[in-house]
Amino acid sequence: MMAAHDTPEVAPLFRLQFEPVQDAWVLLYPEGMVKLNTPAAEILRRCDGQRSVAAIVEELEVTFSRRGLADDVRTFLDQARGRGWLRAEA
Amino acid sequence: MATDVRPPFWLLVELTYRCPLHCVFCSNPIDYARHGEEVDTATWKRVLGEARALGAVQLGFSGGEPLLRDDLEELVAHAHGLGFYTNLITSGVGLTAARAQSLKQAGLDHVQLSFQDSTRELNDFITSTRTFDLKSRVAAIIKEAGYPMVLNCVMHRFNLPHVGRIVDMAERMGADYLELANTQYYGWAWHNRAALMPTALELRDAEALVVAHRERLAAGGSPMKVLWVSPDYADARAKPCMAGWGAVFLVVAPDGVALPCHSARMLPGLDFPNLRETSVRAAWYDSDAFNRYRGTAWMNDTCGTCDDRDKDHAGCRCQSFLVAGDAAATDPVCRKSPHRDRIDAMLEAAGAPRDDAAPLRFVPGAATAGALVFRGEAASLALSAAPVPCNPDPTPS
Repeated sequence: MMAAHDTPEVAPLFRLQFEPVQDAWVLLYPEGMVKLNTPAAEILRRCDGQRSVAAIVEELEVTFSRRGLADDVRTFLDQARGRGWLRAEA
Repeated sequence: MATDVRPPFWLLVELTYRCPLHCVFCSNPIDYARHGEEVDTATWKRVLGEARALGAVQLGFSGGEPLLRDDLEELVAHAHGLGFYTNLITSGVGLTAARAQSLKQAGLDHVQLSFQDSTRELNDFITSTRTFDLKSRVAAIIKEAGYPMVLNCVMHRFNLPHVGRIVDMAERMGADYLELANTQYYGWAWHNRAALMPTALELRDAEALVVAHRERLAAGGSPMKVLWVSPDYADARAKPCMAGWGAVFLVVAPDGVALPCHSARMLPGLDFPNLRETSVRAAWYDSDAFNRYRGTAWMNDTCGTCDDRDKDHAGCRCQSFLVAGDAAATDPVCRKSPHRDRIDAMLEAAGAPRDDAAPLRFVPGAATAGALVFRGEAASLALSAAPVPCNPDPTPS
């Protein structure tokens, strides 16, 4: 489980970019592509190796005027790391 | 134009059919030496731009050996500027440290390097070159330059017993992915099918070993992923070939002909557009050739009423043509195909007693003894003098 002070970033094997034709953010990797839904994209876009998990949660709660996002965000971050999309450092 | 057609997300440009290797399973067309001149740099750039505008996002530079094009860096830089994720699919021959760096600066994202075996002897035999040591050095160059690296190894009767050592080799080289690509029988592999085909048992044994290695890698926290491309003859399941005809994948041959896959050009009765004269949009959305096997309306009753029709898209048109003589037939690997017996006959032939007293030895004349034809210009011209073989007779001589 990622800790609140971890600073996740997109792993070097992957590239996150917005695709106008698909009107979606996608994650690109060797010979493959994952089309991201809006919540996934909003979280991954903030994984820059600078922001902590706590900061990402706070920013999302402010941006989307919603409280209590921490569990959902951390569940997603753990899944993303499990798939190799993210690496996390404290 | 069909309204539900998605863009060609995956663009594979075969920049040249020239290649320093002579692999017996090459997927290039048998008659490649008779094809027209290579597309020039300006035309390639236009094609890349048009495809990107339609939504293409993955771009593979392939061939032949794409490093033989001296405009490769220019094309990579152009593609990178357009926002493509760029993949170089290479034999490694010509990938010096300097070139790896210049391609990196141009924006190349990833390198897929082919290996043919974990042993120098078989690697060099199957390619008819001395490239094993060179490829080993190139693997190190790729990693030093900081690229993600996929190692691709085409699997067949001769190297399946080495599968464990191939996994070890890939691990030592620091590969991010290892693709164990069981031979798909098209092009030169189709011509050499009798010599290359393993038995179902050999495939099962190799797959079990791959599964064990995968578990070992995962337990040890290794980042390397191992893909096992389904040997569809033995697995008896139609593959969702190219994720469907004209669904996501667009191949452009060295002379500019747009194709839905590497080998569709041999199918009779289809007039594939050439992107020298046709826009990518018109070729992809409007051409008869790209629309011919889209969706499910073209399917016969067996496929059109099958629960799997939206998953496997009725398999592979080229395989149906090669084995059943009709591109619209049910993929012959499928148990529902009336031609499945032809696949079974080929697998059974692979199980015929082998002459263990005269194993494949890597000496002059071994290819002839092993009934193998190496890919090359002279062989291409000789073999394509006659029409492309479609095969009512499943057991080749």
